[in-house]
Amino acid sequence: MKQDKLIKAILMAVALSAIGGLGLITLFIFKEGLPIILQIGVADFFCSTDWSPGEQRFGILSMIVGSVAVTLGAMAIGVVFSLGLAIVLTQFCPPKVAGVLKPLIELLAGIPSVVYGFIGMVTIIPLIREYVGGPGFSVLAASIVLGIMVLPTVTSISIDALNAVPRSFWEGSVALGATRWQTTHMLLLKAARSGILAAIILGMGRAIGETMAVIMVTGNSLEIPRAITDPVRTLTSNIALEMNYATGQHRKALFATGVTLFIIIMALNTLAMAVSRRRVAGGGNR
Amino acid sequence: MKLAPTAPLPPVPASERRNAARRIRLMPSPTVTERIVVALLWAMAAITIAVLVFIIGYILLHGLPHVTWSFLTESPRRMGREGGVLPMIVGTVLVTGLAVLIAAPIGVATAVYLTEYTAEGRLTAVIRFGADCLAGIPSIVFGLFGFVFFAITLGLGLSILSGALTLALMVLPTIIRTSEEAIRAVPYAYREASFGLGSTRWQTTLYVVLRSALPGISTGVVLSVGRSISETAAVMLTAGSALGLPDSLFDSSRTLALHFYYLAQENISEANAYATAAVLVMAILAINLFAYWLMRRFIARGGHHA
Amino acid sequence: MPRKLVRPFILLSVFAGLCGLFSFGCPQDQRKTVKVMGSTSIQPFAEELGREFEAKHPGRKAQVEGGGSTAGIQALADGLADIGMCSRRLKEDEADRFTPVLIARDGLAIIVHPSNPVDDLSVEQLRGLFSGSITNWKDVGGNDAPVRIVSREEGSGTREAFMNLVMGKTRVARRAMVQASNGAIAAMVRSDPSAIGYMSLGQIGNDLKTVRVNHEAPTAESVLAGRYKLARPFLFVTSGKPGPDAQAFIDFVLSAEGQEILESEGLIRVK
Repeated sequence: MKQDKLIKAILMAVALSAIGGLGLITLFIFKEGLPIILQIGVADFFCSTDWSPGEQRFGILSMIVGSVAVTLGAMAIGVVFSLGLAIVLTQFCPPKVAGVLKPLIELLAGIPSVVYGFIGMVTIIPLIREYVGGPGFSVLAASIVLGIMVLPTVTSISIDALNAVPRSFWEGSVALGATRWQTTHMLLLKAARSGILAAIILGMGRAIGETMAVIMVTGNSLEIPRAITDPVRTLTSNIALEMNYATGQHRKALFATGVTLFIIIMALNTLAMAVSRRRVAGGGNR
Repeated sequence: MKLAPTAPLPPVPASERRNAARRIRLMPSPTVTERIVVALLWAMAAITIAVLVFIIGYILLHGLPHVTWSFLTESPRRMGREGGVLPMIVGTVLVTGLAVLIAAPIGVATAVYLTEYTAEGRLTAVIRFGADCLAGIPSIVFGLFGFVFFAITLGLGLSILSGALTLALMVLPTIIRTSEEAIRAVPYAYREASFGLGSTRWQTTLYVVLRSALPGISTGVVLSVGRSISETAAVMLTAGSALGLPDSLFDSSRTLALHFYYLAQENISEANAYATAAVLVMAILAINLFAYWLMRRFIARGGHHA
Repeated sequence: MPRKLVRPFILLSVFAGLCGLFSFGCPQDQRKTVKVMGSTSIQPFAEELGREFEAKHPGRKAQVEGGGSTAGIQALADGLADIGMCSRRLKEDEADRFTPVLIARDGLAIIVHPSNPVDDLSVEQLRGLFSGSITNWKDVGGNDAPVRIVSREEGSGTREAFMNLVMGKTRVARRAMVQASNGAIAAMVRSDPSAIGYMSLGQIGNDLKTVRVNHEAPTAESVLAGRYKLARPFLFVTSGKPGPDAQAFIDFVLSAEGQEILESEGLIRVK
């Protein structure tokens, strides 16, 4: 029994390493990045579009707008496809076919992001330059690449959400004479909506946090984009592009960019958790 | 406020009634709608699979012809314009292997604690919150952290060790979650039988629960290997980008994914870029197939016992 | 069933772990490493020099990393590197703390797409193009097409050299696309008919078109003669007096053989 207690204590200590790691990350990112935000002034840092590290001017509004733009674009493409896939796989697909399709979609998640970026660079960018206009490196290119990249995340969480809807809902609806599609879009999608919402939010986190693929297809220009064919720079690519080259205040400002990213991601994570918790809590009442 | 007496509803004009009737007639019947929608949905699925096949096919078609034995066993020359990728393969294996060797025991122990050794409570909620948040943090932020913490504060420099530690933290949530699921899937009756035979909790965990959950846990570990191999942003900031063969874990080393990024982005050599990508994609395919095979085994066994 | 799976798996992971730790875990009895880090413009040349250096000095190893000029100097300060590579002049505060050694000279080439008819630009025109005040190629004698500028990121020595030599106090337009290496700039300009960029003369391939600046073509001779104005130093920077291994590498680079290598790779020798 004594041994058991000891083991329990050791296991608990190890189990705390995840939260410990999170704590360390938070601590060090903020320690490096927060002072400079306060020094520059919160308003100046977040609301200025002037990023000229050589002249000690650090405003990241362009990058925030850039991140939001490519993320929204990615979601516009990714969500439609992900929901379609989730519905096909859960409602209209023989289990055997689903058993083949699911791992294939998971394989999409396994492909390195640099490969996505590269494929985007050699196939999508020339097409955009030729047929849509602009330099090719653009919000549009990033949206397409990221849209494909978030697909596995959003699809698999949406599938879980759809599968979590009690079977009796489906049976009741079909017994009333509804077709499968009517059942799906009138009933299942509504019952699973909070889970799907959580999936979309987590997908947004993925898109906003993606770095390498984005660097390769956005052109990294500092101007706020006016059209979807304009080049753009995101928070993540700002860090990866300049981190290796940065010193002093400039490096700190890049950590501050990381702090911004961290806060956005944490907000999205918490939102996703809150949304899916509501589903669990509300499940019994319905 | 005084309630006004409810006025009788105005009669629906005949024209509107006719319109409504026409609208209903024009609307395709539910079965037709269903057919259209299902066709659309299947088209989406087909496009997705086509994109996947295109990406993998494109890389393999362009890259495999350049993957020769000498490509795999030589060091790069002139920044990778010539020569092979041996140091990158070694670097990738070391960084990835070390990361998973560090993360796997921690992740499995965490999962064991969450499932076998404690009741759901505030502490488990905190641990799960930590793991969930960790899972959502972008790799570039892990990179920043690894750079300032492992490379500078702990003085490990841009090295294999810094990269591996950073990646270990990154894949930890995946290992925790998959291990937890695998352990939960072990039927409770197994534990009862083991306790009934007089085993302690630790013996039960070790010899009954973990042993039954092993294929499931391995799936998670194998998937983490895949994720570490694919990772670029975090290793760029922590493991560095030296081209040579590493002599020790304190040397900087470039991983395959990062090498590919440089070759492709800096347009150093198209042939070598495609070949490196092909090696990378083959590795990912092999790992995913292996994970899939393990998972199938796990499910099959679970089904057999249930 | 499980036994079949457990054993190989455990054995395999233990084996892999031991291999990794034992063969790579003890740095003491290995070759002495010179860590060289900095400018991505110098990196390919340093790689080449490093390989020759290792061939001549079996007991020593040169580990070359990119990162950028400023990062190289920062790495010196952080103790992450023995030699920093810098492709611009040292700034005042840097010159106080570190010692530079000139290893070669390099030209800064202005590149455009091969189909672009423009082949001569003045420094003023370059400034106009890169600052965004000239937005159409027809204003400098080219086709009627928008100018798309490609620049380097903050901290790059090539960028700083370009700012000093061409831009002066004027800023590069914010709509400029930014790439993090000479090769990436070349790739972008090669694929876009209306793009213009600048890069290291030493790394220009055959499929790019360089523009004459003030009627002078960028070649080793014109840089050496001082006629081509866009030239910059390549420096090896050390913190105080370099250690014996770092010194050996620097000596090798400055030797006739080292300079020969640099020249054959497209740079301009200094010794």
